[in-house]
Amino acid sequence: MLEIKNLHVEVGGNEILKGIDLEVGAGEVHAIMGPNGSGKSTLSYVLSGREGYEVTQGSIAYKGQDVLEMSVDERAAAGIFLAFQYPIEIPGVTTMTFLKTALNAQRKARGEEELDAVKFLKLVREKAKPLNVTDEMLKRPLNVGFSGGEKKRAEILQMAILEPWFAILDETDSGLDIDALKTVSEGVNALRSPERSMLVITHYQRLLDYIVPDKVHVLSKGRIVKTGGKELALELEKSGYAEYGADEAA
Amino acid sequence: MAAVKETVETVGEVEKYKYGFSTEIESEKAPIGLTEDTVRYISAKKDEPEWMLEWRLEAFRRWKNMKEPTWAKVFYPTMDYQNAYYYAAPKQTVAPESLDEVDPKLLETYEKLGIPLEEQKMLAGVAVDAVFDSVSVVTTFKEKLKEAGVIFCPISEAIRDYPELVKKYLGSVVPVTDNFFATLNSAVFSDGSFVYIPKGVRCPMELSTYFRINEKQTGQFERTLIVAEEGSYVSYLEGCTAPQRDENQLHAAVVELVAMDDAEIKYSTVQNWYPGDEEGKGGIYNFVTKRGDCRGRNSKISWTQVETGSAITWKYPSCILRGDNSRGEFYSIAISNTKQQVDSGTKMIHLGKNTSSRIVSKGISAGGSSNTYRGLVSVHKKAENVRNFTQCDSLLIGDKCSAHTVPYIEAKNPTAILEHEATTSKISDEQLFYCMQRGVPEEEAVALIVNGFCRDVLQQLPMEFAVEAQKLVGISLEGSVG
Ligand SMILES: Nc1ncnc2c1ncn2[C@@H]1O[C@H](COP(=O)(O)OP(=O)(O)OP(=O)(O)O)[C@@H](O)[C@H]1O
Ligand SMILES: [Mg+2]
Repeated sequence: MLEIKNLHVEVGGNEILKGIDLEVGAGEVHAIMGPNGSGKSTLSYVLSGREGYEVTQGSIAYKGQDVLEMSVDERAAAGIFLAFQYPIEIPGVTTMTFLKTALNAQRKARGEEELDAVKFLKLVREKAKPLNVTDEMLKRPLNVGFSGGEKKRAEILQMAILEPWFAILDETDSGLDIDALKTVSEGVNALRSPERSMLVITHYQRLLDYIVPDKVHVLSKGRIVKTGGKELALELEKSGYAEYGADEAA
Repeated sequence: MAAVKETVETVGEVEKYKYGFSTEIESEKAPIGLTEDTVRYISAKKDEPEWMLEWRLEAFRRWKNMKEPTWAKVFYPTMDYQNAYYYAAPKQTVAPESLDEVDPKLLETYEKLGIPLEEQKMLAGVAVDAVFDSVSVVTTFKEKLKEAGVIFCPISEAIRDYPELVKKYLGSVVPVTDNFFATLNSAVFSDGSFVYIPKGVRCPMELSTYFRINEKQTGQFERTLIVAEEGSYVSYLEGCTAPQRDENQLHAAVVELVAMDDAEIKYSTVQNWYPGDEEGKGGIYNFVTKRGDCRGRNSKISWTQVETGSAITWKYPSCILRGDNSRGEFYSIAISNTKQQVDSGTKMIHLGKNTSSRIVSKGISAGGSSNTYRGLVSVHKKAENVRNFTQCDSLLIGDKCSAHTVPYIEAKNPTAILEHEATTSKISDEQLFYCMQRGVPEEEAVALIVNGFCRDVLQQLPMEFAVEAQKLVGISLEGSVG
């Protein structure tokens, strides 16, 4: 599904990612953990194509395609989705309108028929309910005045509606209360399938109790310094990142 | 509604200006230039009574001694008023009685414009008056309106059929000598719409006029007069387009609204005149005087405008709040791209007690354009307890455009409470990235964000037209990023 080879990335002239190798197979869920500033969000931005994140070396292949040749929206239409660590406010554009615009833009790019208002409404209602996203929230401008937890739920709602093939969840658990964490995790798990892969960035093992990963990677100072199974997260929770040189990185 | 549907369907394939075609149709024109004879020619063509001719001639004499205003922040070469045509009409020997008699080419043009002229298509219930160059071609739904007692007809017809009403109100809001362009209009106006809503009547449908300039070198000077008697209500919409031409064409309209006690007039405009090309060649000079008079107590006039076209826009729809407790509203979206220049805003003149006004202006500048909001809030000495709220938001796209806000405030009564808020912002890279990450292509993302920025104003438009306006926003900003 996704194959990253020797990826080096510069931001504003500073090298942030210093040779990442990562392979995520179809249906797999990988967790990425690591100290603040180690480059986790940077990796998520590079995968989704954000401007200013310059790849100086290496390659990213997604379903056999060279991702670096694709524009941001092309990647999205091809099924790459990023749930933002800090979702962006779009004043005046209701969550509903935003979702419809996004879904239909993707469908159009893929040569599929666009959904009409009625079908779309039905779809949104169906996906919003299990995530406790109310009609009132759907009518509000996207992320404007949303609480931290509401923003994260709105991100997962977008994912549920867009049904991507490769989803990156950047600290989706931060800012969620215990009940919301459960709701969101259930939403994410509902999307797990043999054809869909995920990269889950988190600081807390707690999330991984709900969304159980196939692999856990530790990212430190722009490099993957350790890879293991789900038990690695438990270890990290106990001993921290000290042995990976986190004190200098943080 | 068909107009909306067509717009929606064509948006995909639309390039820059989809209304840029012109129609090959035989026309009848006044001799080039502007003299007393031109005025007489127009008046004679319209079969006008003597009093109307006199009114025009008086305006013409005044105009000859007036100077073009220069205070607006717009720049253009001196106009040669003698090198233009002041009257052009599609040639047709007898006036059409019904749609079947209208030149099919004209109907085709309107169809291309997405105007649902044929009545069977008009289930949506919008009555349309269409003005092609200088004459009103057909007014649909006349019968149904007549039943309600509403008069909706070309103003030339009103001058003949309802002379008392026209005499009473024409020029009563915008006096003949109001300003250079209004005076010019008074002398040579060729057509436009007349609306009269009798006491207590709620107009049963939206009324709508489409203006189209087709002929070369021809100015369009339409005149609209709307009178809402006590306790009545009307919602009126005008749409404008013009073919793509290398020369600049002048559009100098006058719109007068009169609202009596407890009456309400809602006037919406979607202006999409040809804006000129990327280098600023061609395009319509839109110098328009629009004013509403809240003459009665508790009356209300609300202007909503979406201005996307024209090379130059010079336009200040205003309200004179004469009646006690009357209310004026101005909701505006003004988009400028490439080399367009916009100087637009409103005047709220508070004369009566407890009068209130609300101004919401959204200016969007892109390309190398200039966009100025110019607004006046004036409170008369005797106007107690006046309230005004003004919000001016500017959005910049790129770094070669500019936005200016010029508010004038004159408060002569200490009880007035006037609030003014202004913001200037840019579309952030973050917002664009976020939208694009969800699969929305860049230009569509810009349109989405801009539409969000304009939401408060778009919501004021009648539903069908809001959809159309949203699409227009996207089209006018094409090529503004990247
Ligand atoms: N525009 C920029 N210019 C310079 N440095 C940047 C820029 N953006 C990010 N960085 C730096 O890149 C490093 C990695 O940042 P990144 O956001 O990827 O970390 P992270 O692992 O997601 O951290 P956290 O756990 O706090 O979210 C940080 O040191 C950050 O300051
Ligand atoms: Mg981060």
